[in-house]
Amino acid sequence: MSTPVPARANAPERYYNYAYLDEQTKRMIRRSILKALAIPGYQVPFGSREMPVPYGWGTGGIQLTAAIIGPDDVYKCIDQGADDTTNAVSIRRFFANVADVATTEDTGEATIIQTRHRIPEKPLKAGQVLVYQVPQPEPLRGLEARETETRAMHAYEEYGLQYVSLYENISTYGRIAATAGYPVMVEERYLMSPSPIPKFDNPKMAQNEAVMLFGAGREKRIYAVPPFTRVRSLDFEDYPFETQTWEETCALCGAKDSYLDEVILDDAGDKMFVCSDSHHCAERRAAGHVGPMAGHALDQDAVLKEAAQ
Amino acid sequence: MAYVSVKGGEKAITHAHQWLAEDRRGDPGVNELEVAQVREQLSLAVDRVMSEGSCYDRDLAALAVKQARGDLPEAIFLLRAYRTTLPRFGASLPVETEAMAVRRRVSAAFKDIPGGQVLGPTFDYTHRLLDFALAAEGAAPPEPAPQAEQPQAYPMPNIASVFRHEDLLEHDVRTEAAPEPYDLTRQPMRFPADRDQRLQALARGDEGFLLSLAYSSQRGWGSTHPLCGEIRMGEVAVEFVPDELGFAIEIGEITLTECTMLSGFAGSAEHPPQYTRGYGLTFGHCERKAMSMAIVDRALRHREVGEQADAPVQDEEFVLYHSDNVEASGFVQHLKLPHYVDFQADLQLIRRLRKEHFERRAALKEAAE
Repeated sequence: MSTPVPARANAPERYYNYAYLDEQTKRMIRRSILKALAIPGYQVPFGSREMPVPYGWGTGGIQLTAAIIGPDDVYKCIDQGADDTTNAVSIRRFFANVADVATTEDTGEATIIQTRHRIPEKPLKAGQVLVYQVPQPEPLRGLEARETETRAMHAYEEYGLQYVSLYENISTYGRIAATAGYPVMVEERYLMSPSPIPKFDNPKMAQNEAVMLFGAGREKRIYAVPPFTRVRSLDFEDYPFETQTWEETCALCGAKDSYLDEVILDDAGDKMFVCSDSHHCAERRAAGHVGPMAGHALDQDAVLKEAAQ
Repeated sequence: MAYVSVKGGEKAITHAHQWLAEDRRGDPGVNELEVAQVREQLSLAVDRVMSEGSCYDRDLAALAVKQARGDLPEAIFLLRAYRTTLPRFGASLPVETEAMAVRRRVSAAFKDIPGGQVLGPTFDYTHRLLDFALAAEGAAPPEPAPQAEQPQAYPMPNIASVFRHEDLLEHDVRTEAAPEPYDLTRQPMRFPADRDQRLQALARGDEGFLLSLAYSSQRGWGSTHPLCGEIRMGEVAVEFVPDELGFAIEIGEITLTECTMLSGFAGSAEHPPQYTRGYGLTFGHCERKAMSMAIVDRALRHREVGEQADAPVQDEEFVLYHSDNVEASGFVQHLKLPHYVDFQADLQLIRRLRKEHFERRAALKEAAE
């Protein structure tokens, strides 16, 4: 399913170094990655560069990928779980151009998966790297605006403020109201932002076989969760952590256990729910799973592809 | 269909960019703007882009202005993204603004100062009336301004020299064998920020943001009671010591605008009453920026002079973290990217909370009846 490597763009028309960043910068980033892996959940400050895409659009993730990618890698890029969202398309095209890599939509086939806001449904394997784009690396920022303060709080492992905030949630709403970017404790030491993934994805971080790297370009921080690391979503004994569930199933593939997006069909309140993970959904449909609205226009791409084959 | 609009795909992006190129060109019946025209005739836009883009290259800055269709923060971003890929072969010697070939130099502190007041090419004292004659094209270039009868002083003494014999102004201490200056393009922000880091952040900072901060300070939100000691604009030589030579050679000339703001200091047990300074420096002719920068620099020095700090302009985390328009523009505009996964999570919660709200209300009503 992966697209073949295009003719090497290593010709004179390449004005930039392989994978865009110069080798010194890559080295600096790799050192930061190693430090981040050695201290799971700790935010390592790094000399983030100006990238040719705007801050907030994946500059941290792109720098991480650029530092670790090689011509033998197979690269997948998703946004909101989907391979065909505009920013994912743009970033995938960037690496296809500057790093001569094969790209894929197949989660199992990729060696590097760059993501914004989701963890793929298919369990990751040893040897894969999941690169997260992180807008705000500091889990405590919403509670304390000053970096000087939050750094001290991490140093002293002083996370009382976070627990008080969860408690206030319960007293106001009767539950912990955090829905995405739900804070986690890594190896029982550092409080960490999982990036704005839905809390549905939080349990996938625990004891994951893959390397998970987090890059925040604008805030100039890198952090990591190495394979087989304890990652615990914060909760209380009497208010245990729970993930989202849907009464609906995926309209296209009938999945009952995947994260669903709500698609508005008209202005009369009609809607359908479909898998947010586009590859997961396509793979299920290819395996013969059928949802209540299979064959809907949204599925046209797949229909056309099959017809072509 | 709603779903299709967020699932853009490669073709949509390519077409959008084609449309952008078409719009940038505008009506093909109108002559295309030349980069040289931008460089020569929109020179203050070029100066701002070089300053905040941290890259002194008039041609590249002019190209960025053209490519960005006149959107200066976008042009600044283009130049920065190019600059970051350039190899570094060393650092120049500090430039000597005292040795500047001055085109403009004014001081508001004295009626006359050694070297005199030199207005230079300034908007000051122009009446802001639209010049409809400019709308007519093909006019002859303007008459050159008359030359001064006497040559100007060189070097032009700066404001510090005026105060020197009375020791009224704090000294600008020259650190011999100073450590390499902090470089925000290589290292992340660190607090508390030293002077080098602060000045670099302000020099790269957004003109509008610094202007408003300086203005807020003037209106009493952390006032420093500034007085414009001196503004000078002109050309300075850039010198570099190549390893293979071991002595300094001149590698070029750049235009700079420098501003020194004076603020009174009542003195302390150790220090006699004296004027303190705030410092502003930009590439090109960016006077509004240089003056704003000097006021903000001085406001951020509250700790050194024992001032109370409770205004936004005095808060270095607030000022330095939010002054960069490339960072700010990117992050504000990233809200255009799809967020529907987070939104779905939020939507679920709010629906649940609403359901519980109505159930509670119904139960209460029932109990009341």
